[in-house]
Formats: sequence, structure tokens, C-alpha cells
Amino acid sequence: MPKITYRKALNDALAEELARDENVFIIGEEVAQYNGAYKVTEGLWARFGDKRVLDTPITEAAFVGLGVGASMLGLRPVIELMFWSFAYVAYDQIVNNAGCIRYMSGGRIHCPIVIRGPANGGTGVGATHSHTPESILANSPGVKVICPATAYDAKGLMKSAIRDNDPVFVMENTLLYGEIWEVPDEEYLIPLGVADVKCEGVDISLIAHGRAVLTSLKAAEILAGEHGINAEVVDLRSIRPLDEETILQSVRKTHHAVLVDENKPFCSVSAQIASMIQEKAFDDLDAPVLRVCSLDAPAIYSPALEKLQLPTVERIVEKVLEIL
Amino acid sequence: MPYIEMPKLSDTMTEGTLVKWRKAIGDTVSVGDILAEIETDKAVMELEAFDDGTLKEIYVPDGGKAQIGEKLALLLGVGESMPKKKGEAPITEKRDLADAGEHGQEVSPKSKTKVEPAAAPVHVASAGRVKASPLAKKIAVAKGVDLATIHGSGPGGRVVAKDLESAPTKTSRAPAAASAPIISTILPEGAKRIPLSGMRKIIAERLLASKTQIPHFYLNIEVDAGELLKFRSQANVHLEKAGAAKLTINDFVLKAAVEAAMKVPRVNASYAGDSIIQYADVHLSVAVAVEDGLVTPVVRQAQKKSLREISEAVKDLATRARTKKLKPEEYQGGTITVSNLGSHGIDNFFAVINPPQAIILAVGAIVKKPVVNAQDEIVPAHRLAIGLSADHRVVDGAIGAQYLAELRLLIENPVLMLI
Repeated sequence: MPKITYRKALNDALAEELARDENVFIIGEEVAQYNGAYKVTEGLWARFGDKRVLDTPITEAAFVGLGVGASMLGLRPVIELMFWSFAYVAYDQIVNNAGCIRYMSGGRIHCPIVIRGPANGGTGVGATHSHTPESILANSPGVKVICPATAYDAKGLMKSAIRDNDPVFVMENTLLYGEIWEVPDEEYLIPLGVADVKCEGVDISLIAHGRAVLTSLKAAEILAGEHGINAEVVDLRSIRPLDEETILQSVRKTHHAVLVDENKPFCSVSAQIASMIQEKAFDDLDAPVLRVCSLDAPAIYSPALEKLQLPTVERIVEKVLEIL
Repeated sequence: MPYIEMPKLSDTMTEGTLVKWRKAIGDTVSVGDILAEIETDKAVMELEAFDDGTLKEIYVPDGGKAQIGEKLALLLGVGESMPKKKGEAPITEKRDLADAGEHGQEVSPKSKTKVEPAAAPVHVASAGRVKASPLAKKIAVAKGVDLATIHGSGPGGRVVAKDLESAPTKTSRAPAAASAPIISTILPEGAKRIPLSGMRKIIAERLLASKTQIPHFYLNIEVDAGELLKFRSQANVHLEKAGAAKLTINDFVLKAAVEAAMKVPRVNASYAGDSIIQYADVHLSVAVAVEDGLVTPVVRQAQKKSLREISEAVKDLATRARTKKLKPEEYQGGTITVSNLGSHGIDNFFAVINPPQAIILAVGAIVKKPVVNAQDEIVPAHRLAIGLSADHRVVDGAIGAQYLAELRLLIENPVLMLI
């Protein structure tokens, strides 16, 4: 199986969908002639031309609004945000317009828009460029939020997102763009709302999304090698819809859960999952559900400190040993 | 908690004897290792380690006794340090088992405090509420394990699932100990749940303790009640003329039971663990059925009372028992019990011993039936069946038989009761 980067996997997904459906178009800052700020759209303008891949000014509210309107009329825009942190200036378009139109129209108007871009800390770009808004956006009924952790998942989920008839927000990660995974040549789709057990185990469930899945997998290796603890790693892949059943099955098997989350802890994705677990699997728990989140402060600018702000392998191992 | 404490290994255990340590000071101990052998009131059992560590100190030597919850040894895990000492590790005083004052216990609502088991669960002392994970609680219910008896290895002493893996169920840990069956909380259709009254609870506790702790044996006789019936009707003719209350058959049986106990005093006794206490007075308990249970009021120093005095005392006590007007001292301290179900249509039966007494008489109805007399003739006769239940720790078969022989002599020759 060929090995490609996370970036290439996304690029392939976009290219395949552009080729498959003439209603798909890409719009965003520097996505066309510059090949994208992080080169995710590399070669697409050259291949598909001005009508399918469009550069915009630095006007998130305007081009997200444009995409929302276009999608209501049947087009399938894929909007790139250079950083998801910039979504905040287009919050009205994203949440009020895209998120509510299907409900407000009594189901007559759909908004098949995809908004994508990196949403991560850990790269020394400062507090205003390092937000992880999956928890904030997933709080709105009517939208879908996905966080692929691998190239394989990124491609399969992106293709499903483009074909989905609801607004889908894809949270990527600049630290993963250059990472390599096996991805098959043949076409595949990954349904939205289906979690993936990345590593099976029986002693504890590490539940994570995005890059935290990879941190959890490394922690699982150390737990197995140094502590004889057989950890299961559950990759949510999709924050909303949330695959509660896979989470609960895992917890019912291991009776212990540590949630790993690059969100800040307050009102984070892991807070939602912890609540769900205690509500639906209380009698299966042998210990409180614990969390390893980013430390509760704006993204620290110092690279040395920022590295420690995000969940680390050491913090995960330590947290697991607290209850096992 | 690095201390190993005397566990409660049976429902009735209050203290245990440390028969033999299997580990010595300095030995490394792993979970599941047998630390020592402990003798309870029922059996010798193995004391298992619930933690890994090193045995640092032993407080109770081989052959020593300790109350439930008392420290037996100190087991330190890796990284644990010696606890601060306040003088010597406390060893509470041994209880005096020969406490003769304890015999004053009767089935009654007000004696509740006296019959409560003396032992507290091991861990309740450290925290009022047993901390356990939801899963551990679920497993404990399924296995029928009392969480209070489990040592919690989780954070803050929380009982977690693995603590229950090796925990035997109540029945396997203490095979002799009786435990209430776990009955589904879901009632079948039409069934109703009747809450236990205080009296019902005490009857349940006392009689369960009696049947599980006292080695009962049973003897029975059938006596000729012809003379007794004649004697009674003669007496009652005169009593009636005098305007006095009539004597019942039971009054005569009670008098006979007391007189026989004076002749065979070894039945008028209690088992006290390391000795037998034989009483000088016969305090006669008489079982009286009341609404929702039974009470056993006591005719004190019955050996000093005449037939008529016994009769009057029993009538008075029974009346007040039914209206719940008895004072505690009126139903406590009996030494022998008589239960009579003759008026309820029962010909013969055996009763459960009323602890700490050693015998109980079960008196049936007088039945007219054919018997073979001394002349080998089949003749009609009035027969009375009497069952004796005795504590074999106190009374042997021959003593029981001797007592019943005295009883037979008195009932078949009632005039002797007047002497």
C-alpha cells in the first residue's frame, strides 16, 4: 500500500471530489495560485482552473458567507480557513447561517458546505492562531465536526464530508500535514460519526481525537512495555455526530477511561464524553473518568512551555497510573 | 492502611484466635499469600493478604486472641513508611466470656440492644461509608459480598473490582455462617412486602443464632395424663366453689417442669464458652403467642411458688404480654422455657432453644387414644406428648432422659407436685 502524507491524502480527496462532482469548488486565502498556505490544495488550481479553485481576500466573514449562500443553491463549496482560529470573525455565517438554515427553513434548505483548515496548538504561532474550536462548534445542533488523526482517515472523511448535505467542519492539524501513513489507491469513504479503535486493549480506554490519538498510542506502548497495562485507544474521528456506542463498548470492556484532549479542559470535548460515560456506563466504571487536556491557559508562546501545555505521553501515563 | 486486622470470618464471630503465623517478620508478602491461620468460633480459616509488601511487625503471637478489627500485624508496601508510634500498638482487653450476667436475654423488642452482634465491620471504624467503585458495588451485589469486609486497594481506600476478584462469597468464606438469602427486589405479581417489626427482627436473629450455634438434640415422651385430668377436675371443683380461678393443664405441666428441674439441676444451665453456668433458681420462661410474634415472660424463682402461684403469675404475665405491658425485667433472665401448642391443636412437636438456655419443653395436646396397659389390655387413655430440645454442649442424652423421667413421674402422679 502506498505511503503518503496527511497533506497529500487531503489533496487527493479534494481532487477526486472536484473531478467527480462539478458542483464542488474550493475557495479561500491563497488556495489557488499559491497552492495553499500549507499546500493542501497544491496543483488543484492548475488542474481544475479559476472556476473551481478561487483565491479570496482576507475576508473570512465574506467568503464563508459566500460559500453558505452558494451551498443553499446547490453548490458544494469547500472553504479553507488558513487557521480555524480565524473562524471567529465568520461565526455568524458558520453557526447562525450554515448551522441553522436547515432547521429554520423547516428542512427545505440544505447547506452542504465544508469548512476545513488546521485547528491545533503546538507550533509556536501564538494564542490567536492556536485555537481548537471543535468543542465550540460541536455545541451547535445542525453541524458536523470531524477531526482526522491519520492520512487514511483524513482522506476518507474529507470525501464523505464533501458529499454530506449538512455543514461539515474538518479540523486538521499542521503538525500532521507532513506525517506519512498507508493509504490505498482505490477509492474509499469513511462514514461520519463512526469512531475507530486504533489499538485494542483490556485494562483502560484512552479516548482521544485528532493528534491526541497519536500521543495516546505512544502512551499505550509505554504502558504496555513498562507497566504491563494493556490500553485501548479509541479515536473518535467525528466529534459530532459522536459514536457513543464505540466509546461505551470500550469502557464496558476496560472499566477505566482516561480522555485525552488537546482542547482546554473547560467545556471541552472530553468534558462532554466524561459526562456521557458516567451517565450511560456508571455501573461499569471501576474508577473515576480522568482527563488529560491542554493546560488551561491561552496557547503559550514559549515553544518549550507550549510543548508541555499540550497533552504529553508522560502526562497520559501518569494519569493512567493514578487509577490502575 | 498498612495494618492487618482481625477479620470478621463468620457472622457470629466477635474474636479470633491466631493459631499460627505462616509468615514471619521480614517476609515478603504478595496478594493472595496466606499470612496466618485464624480460629473463629466455628472453624480454622486462612488469613489472606490483600496487599503486597513486607511483614514488619506482629502484634498478636501464635495462640493469641484478638477482637475483630484489632491490629494483628503491620504490612508495609513499597514506598510506605512506618507509622508513628504512640507507645505500644494497642491490644484491647480480652473479653470475659464467662460473663454470667449475659444470660439475661430474652426474645423481646426491648432487649434489642443486648442481642445486637458485638462486632463492627472491619472498615467502618475508619470511614462511616464504604468507598467502592460503581463496578465494585455491582460485583459485590452479584457475589453477595459485604463491601465492608473488603480491603479497598484503590485511591483513598476505594474498593475496586480487582479487590473482589479473590474475595470469596459469604458462603465460601465462612461455610458455617448463615446469611440471609438474597431475594430479588422485584416482587412477583400480587405479592406484598411486609416490613420487619422490631420483634420479628429479634425473633429472626435470636432463633437463627440458636439453630446455627446451638447443637440441638431432641427427646420425646408420651405420658399418661389420666391422673392429671382427674386431679385437675377435683381441684377445680373446689376452686370454683371458692370463687378462685381454675387451674389449666399447662399450669400443672409448668409446675412439673420446675420440680423436675430441681431434681435434675444440670438442665437448668447455660453454656458460656469456656464453662457451664448452673443456676440455683429456676426462672421459668413461658412462651406466649402475641400479635406478630411471641414473648417469653418469666416466672421468677418458680421453684418457690406453689401450683396456684405459678398459675396466677402466668395468667397475669400472659395478659400483659398480649397488651405489651411487660417490663423488660419480666421477660429477661429465664433459665428454662416451656412452649405449649396443645390448645392450638398440636399433638407433639419440638421447639427451638431460647438462648442462652439449655433446654426447652414442647407440650402438645392431651389426646384420647388406645394404649396397652400393664395387663396387656387395650384400653382408652389420655396421653400427653412432651418434646425436649436440649443444647448438647450442656446436656447429654442421659441427663435429658433423666429429666423427662422426673417429668413423667410428676405428671402421672400429680399429687407429688403438692409435696
